[in-house]
Amino acid sequence: MPDRRRISVLVNGAGYEREVETRLTLADFLRHDLRLTGTHVGCEHGVCGACTVLLDGLSVRSCLMLAVQADGCSIETVEGLAPAPDQLNLLQQAFMKRHALQCGFCTPGMLMTLTEYLRAEPNPTEEGVREALSGNICRCTGYQAIVAAALDAAAALREQGGAREELAK
Amino acid sequence: MNAWFGASVQRKEDPALLCGKGRYADDIHLPGMLQAAFVRSPFPHARIRNIDVSAAKALAGVHAVLTYRDLPERLQEPIEMLQPNPSILQVFMPHVLPKDEVCYAGEALAIVVAENRYIAEDAAALVEVDYEPLPSVSDCLKGLEPGAPLAQARANSNILAKMSLQSGDIERAFRNAPHVYRERLHLHRGGAFFMECRGLVADWNPVSALLTVHVGTQSPHRLHRVLIDLLQCHDSQVRVVTPDIGGGFGPRGQVYHEYLAVCAASILLERPVKWIEDRRENFLATNQERDQYWDMEIAVDEEARILGLRGRLVHDTGAYLPKGVVLPWIAGATVPGPYVLPAYKLDIVVAMTNKISVSPVRGAGRPQGVVVMERMMDLVAAKRGLDRAEVRRRNLIRPEQMPYAVGITFRDGRPVVYDSGDYPACQARALQAADYAGFAERRERARRDGRYIGIGISNSVEATGLGPYEGATVRVNTNGKIAVYVGASSQGQSHKTTFAQIAADHFGVDYRDVVVIGGDTATISQGHGTFGARMAVTAGSSVHVAAAQVASQIKSIAAEMLEVPETELELRNGRVQVKQVPGTSGVPRNIEGVGLSLREVAVRSIGMSGFAMRPGSKPGLESTAYFTPDKSTYANGTHVVEVEVDVETGQVRILRFVVVHDCGRLINPMIVHGQIVGGVAHAVGNALLERMVYDADGQPLSTNFGEYMLPLASDVPHVNVSHLETPSPLNPLGVKGVGEGGTITGIAAIISAVEDALSPFGIRIRETPISPQRIVELIKEARQSAHKSV
Repeated sequence: MPDRRRISVLVNGAGYEREVETRLTLADFLRHDLRLTGTHVGCEHGVCGACTVLLDGLSVRSCLMLAVQADGCSIETVEGLAPAPDQLNLLQQAFMKRHALQCGFCTPGMLMTLTEYLRAEPNPTEEGVREALSGNICRCTGYQAIVAAALDAAAALREQGGAREELAK
Repeated sequence: MNAWFGASVQRKEDPALLCGKGRYADDIHLPGMLQAAFVRSPFPHARIRNIDVSAAKALAGVHAVLTYRDLPERLQEPIEMLQPNPSILQVFMPHVLPKDEVCYAGEALAIVVAENRYIAEDAAALVEVDYEPLPSVSDCLKGLEPGAPLAQARANSNILAKMSLQSGDIERAFRNAPHVYRERLHLHRGGAFFMECRGLVADWNPVSALLTVHVGTQSPHRLHRVLIDLLQCHDSQVRVVTPDIGGGFGPRGQVYHEYLAVCAASILLERPVKWIEDRRENFLATNQERDQYWDMEIAVDEEARILGLRGRLVHDTGAYLPKGVVLPWIAGATVPGPYVLPAYKLDIVVAMTNKISVSPVRGAGRPQGVVVMERMMDLVAAKRGLDRAEVRRRNLIRPEQMPYAVGITFRDGRPVVYDSGDYPACQARALQAADYAGFAERRERARRDGRYIGIGISNSVEATGLGPYEGATVRVNTNGKIAVYVGASSQGQSHKTTFAQIAADHFGVDYRDVVVIGGDTATISQGHGTFGARMAVTAGSSVHVAAAQVASQIKSIAAEMLEVPETELELRNGRVQVKQVPGTSGVPRNIEGVGLSLREVAVRSIGMSGFAMRPGSKPGLESTAYFTPDKSTYANGTHVVEVEVDVETGQVRILRFVVVHDCGRLINPMIVHGQIVGGVAHAVGNALLERMVYDADGQPLSTNFGEYMLPLASDVPHVNVSHLETPSPLNPLGVKGVGEGGTITGIAAIISAVEDALSPFGIRIRETPISPQRIVELIKEARQSAHKSV
């Protein structure tokens, strides 16, 4: 019989308690148990970065982590970024304005990686952004627009001062 | 009229995708849904002696394990090959599940259906297959040698097709040529590697006798066609509908045998069945492209003008022939490019190997054709001691020669005739943007610092907007909402935005008020798919034609309702209203702006139950158009690339990347820009990184993103893109395709730049991709041979 454990997690501020198989990945837990399908699975071996979520504020590959390892943690996913149902946050707006997504599959991972990065780095350079993104693969855009969007978002966050809190959960 | 066409408006697709509210195949959860996993061959070639599924079936949570024998008779036939051609000598196509032979490592031979994927994969590991390994073919040239093993046990040879492309008097061209240069090139295979692996949910509903297939495919109608054949049912009993799709790039348009097996499982079990490919399977079993060997010779006169080009192409099709001879044909027809080529002859051999089948990957044969021609141009320049841009300039077709007949037939069955474009202007502009003239000085400076930099150029002409058609239905619903239905799906190309832009101008509405629905066989009866940079040309033109017809219908009905001549009406702000036209006396008539909502006109258009229609009117504000382009429209581009090569490590860094591209009129410049830059990234991968490695038996060795490298943000340079806009005369919008141009043109320019950086070593690059290891090897070889010759 599969080994099962009870876990409780906070996802985008909401608490969930579930019994899960110990072998269930965090990505599958989010996607199929909680039906938060915004987190995408692109390679299942930790290279493409599509499944990136923030665990207690730090980026992790949810395909390489088990759900049971997230027990007691606070998780942020792409579904938690928008400030309100009909609004986008500054980073999301910058992605839209710069055409930083085409098929949109890698986008959640890009957004979560950049959320972590921009919280820590208010004055990024192009090179810095490219380095920060080098663990996330995009096959559509050639990255140029994503880099531009990240720099735009950083500038907008600086300009709006307090709006930085938007990314700082 | 053109409020939206040509504007860089933001995408309608984005808000949902940015909030994690996209719906891709694996995001679909249906009640009672089961999950599938496949048992795959570990051998490149083997006979299946027996499959024992008893242990797998016994596992708790397993609902079925199906092999060839469990399929209904009709599903035991090989899948039909949809692209016949007289040059094909033998056809091999996969079965839904193989009968007794597997022909590449990773070929699926049994499907396990279980409560969830974890159990399905456990059970797949319990299926015991008794294989008899057979000799196999890995390299297509080796497969042509006498005594080589056969890639298919039933084949009479590994040659599946032979054909030739020919124009001009090739014998004469070479007989009289003062200079002839030869080259052998090997272009290696890679893959699409869209970020979302393949997947589908097949949902057979026994009550309504309807099979709904939610599948991320580029060609829903193609799959629909195959399914109604296999199931022998009415067209309305199969609905193929596409959810959001995480990239396509070609391979996602094919009808894979796994899809059919999943559909069969759903029908047999009367339950929805989902299959989501994992990345390892994606490396093993999703079609790839580009393996080709070219032996070419070029004849030039004293001024380096081309007299003739001839040679042989051996095209590796892998284990099956899903696309017939389409790919080598496109490759061969792309070779002449923007150059005057008085005589050309290419002999093509399509060879079978024990590797996953080949079908188009972004560019579809065109990148190879361009690499070949551009390598030959560089060779001529080197041999004649001329500047590479100058050799090209001398050979370019001039704008006054348009339309220009190349003299060969394209795979669309039509002669290759370039419709429009200014190739010399395109090259000149790219050279200027890249400061080509200043490169010699930059190189000298770099050399003083011990750095090796190089510059490369490539030109291409690309057949786009391939036929036969892609249709559109435009409808104003009785609630006033405007809907556009197109046959093919979008995998990131932004159809929901661009087609809305085209339609919105006809109705005088905001493009956000036009709903675009693509890739659902229930909404439009015919379709071919998103491929060959064709949707803007074909579907875009159909949207334009259909929307114009509906707009005219609106005016006609409104004219009757308002008792005003049609010519005095306009569509504006979601209404049809009287225009600002001065009356006969020259003064306004005080009826300007009087009008009707689209809802009012739509309601009138359908008639009223029990009453006769207005004579001559047709019911509903709706029109379906199938724009059928007579032939391809040809886009073109020039890329100039500057690189630095670290001669110790072989590392290539791209310093500058300039693209000048002509895809006719731009529907949405922002989206066009994105398509080109994305294509360039793919070119960077193909030129420098992406190598699908197989061992001598055809066993794949690079099956994850650690072993097969895709370009990262740190590998792809900033791309400087500018446009020439030569409208195509072949469609009402004046557009040409753009989705593949970045890839098609870019590879050759990068390779050329790397070779140029290594010119102090006298190295010729005859292969793609060119990895750091290979560069170091080539430098070492060059140094050794220099040492020997001293």
